[in-house]
Amino acid sequence: MAIKVISPGLSTTVQDLGRPGYYHLGIPISGGMDRFALRAANMLVGNDEGAAVLEAVFLGPELEFTSAATVAVTGGELPPLLNGDPRATWEAFAVKAGDQLSFGYLKSGARVYIAVAGGIDVPLKLGSRSTYTLGALGGLEGRALKAGDALPVGKGGKGGGSIPANLRRGPGNPAELRMLPGLYWHRITAAAGRQFFADTWKVAPEADRIGYRFRGGQKLDFVPRTPPFGAGSDPSNIVDACYPYGSVQVPGGTEPIVLHRDAVSGGGYMMLGTVISADMDLIGQLQPHSPARFVEVTMDQALAARHERQAALARLRDHLKR
Amino acid sequence: MSIRFSFGGDEHIFAEVSEEMSLEAFFTSLSLTNAVKAADIKGVTEICPANASFQVKYDPDQIKPADLLRELQAMEGAASGSDATLKTRIMEIPVYYQDPWTHETLMRFRERHQDPNATDLEYAAAVNGFGSVEEFIKAHSSQPWFVSMVGFVAGLPFLYQMVERKRQLQVPKYLRPRTDTPKLTVGYGGCFSCIYSVRGAGGYQMFGITPMPIYDPNQQVSYLQDNMCLFRPGDIVKWRPINRDEYDAALEAVAENRFEPVIREASFSLAEFNRDIDGTNAKLMEVLHGH
Repeated sequence: MAIKVISPGLSTTVQDLGRPGYYHLGIPISGGMDRFALRAANMLVGNDEGAAVLEAVFLGPELEFTSAATVAVTGGELPPLLNGDPRATWEAFAVKAGDQLSFGYLKSGARVYIAVAGGIDVPLKLGSRSTYTLGALGGLEGRALKAGDALPVGKGGKGGGSIPANLRRGPGNPAELRMLPGLYWHRITAAAGRQFFADTWKVAPEADRIGYRFRGGQKLDFVPRTPPFGAGSDPSNIVDACYPYGSVQVPGGTEPIVLHRDAVSGGGYMMLGTVISADMDLIGQLQPHSPARFVEVTMDQALAARHERQAALARLRDHLKR
Repeated sequence: MSIRFSFGGDEHIFAEVSEEMSLEAFFTSLSLTNAVKAADIKGVTEICPANASFQVKYDPDQIKPADLLRELQAMEGAASGSDATLKTRIMEIPVYYQDPWTHETLMRFRERHQDPNATDLEYAAAVNGFGSVEEFIKAHSSQPWFVSMVGFVAGLPFLYQMVERKRQLQVPKYLRPRTDTPKLTVGYGGCFSCIYSVRGAGGYQMFGITPMPIYDPNQQVSYLQDNMCLFRPGDIVKWRPINRDEYDAALEAVAENRFEPVIREASFSLAEFNRDIDGTNAKLMEVLHGH
């Protein structure tokens, strides 16, 4: 069983739940940007939740199946077309040998997850099938798909069923990204801190798997200082340090960048805090120009949100009897 | 040194050993991360040393954030690393300074540079008060460096020179980052040298290029078959200037997978180093050259 790639879409990569354990070598965790949708897609086709799937962004690929399979598409609203006929997202459907899967225009969200029963069976690299394109690691030859590729599919899985809208999860409008202030928060003035949370930001065109940039808010004022040795002269510079996944850096105090699954693992810009783990999936579904706010939370609130997200996954499993 | 701890969301603890860079701060960060690793704390998933700070990633479903924070704070006192001896490696990295490839690249991005009429090396020599590029290269390559952090992208080492602060070279980064840097470029920004492990964007000044692969996701290169990234924090590096002929010969050896880097076991004591910097470095050079 294989999937032939007729056209690759904008940037379609193989992703699973990621590659933890190598951040100290600069190798990011990678994996699906919306892991809730990734898990849901795998549940629908009877795979392990962490099986490898395809992540497509903005523009879907065109694929051809060499044998019968069960397929599900979750995440954003990028309408699947099987041999040109519409299929629903968040619902398992059967394909036959020779069938072609393509996609209509994106209606909402940004990324879809295409799961196939058996999972995409590229080789494990450092324990994961996820693609890290900057480091040419994992996935199919360490890169996004291109026309003519053949993707091996594993055995097992089948599943079935659908996931109703009330069990799905997506960003609101504006998206509210909960953030725990910290790290180098003390570098900005109290007024700048209040303004940062009060402003409505817009996703900038520079938004990808490495990070999401936001613009449209007011420039942050820094607390004056003498630059520490080795930090650099800009008030937003620090001695190069690790960047947590989800951390919000603000080079020059102008445009916040939230680092995501293919994060650069460190660098020399101050960070204001970190978007909580429960809300990272939402960022993966934001299109450029969509509005977003950062919402201040405490650690207790972050942990409560984490548990709520776990409960939402449990409801999915329960619904699908997985 | 009092460490500043801060939570990075619900899954990370960030620890700033010092706001400014120093060998002491790096050494404390390295020894503390080694201690955290040895403590094998349930729920800790990643331990990342950086130049003057470190980061621990954990699973809050397995350990309460406040409990982990308390454990790390307790280790701070126990593991003041300044009297410890570090077992590490010393390796020699050949560098073709002023090579044609980084030169071609830097000429394409002159409008993003502080001094569009000078090369990156000419600028670096001038801002550090050297009379010539050759003297600057000598300062860059004559004393060894600590790998003080690996990251940004896969396998990229940040290096901090093992000399007293008044001899530290400092060069600002490009005014605006380049969109291109040749793979294996030896760069410089702030007080750090680096080697770009992959081709891509970069803001560090470009001094030269090494023929020696340092990252191989396919794990084909003879010395990268077990670990795709060559460098680990705490490695000691000595640059060896080479010319075009040596560079070409090394590339040929790499292509035939018979290139053998010079890597030796070494130990390092910060206390000994602080007593006698040049003497300690001279002994390291003897270890490197197998005496």
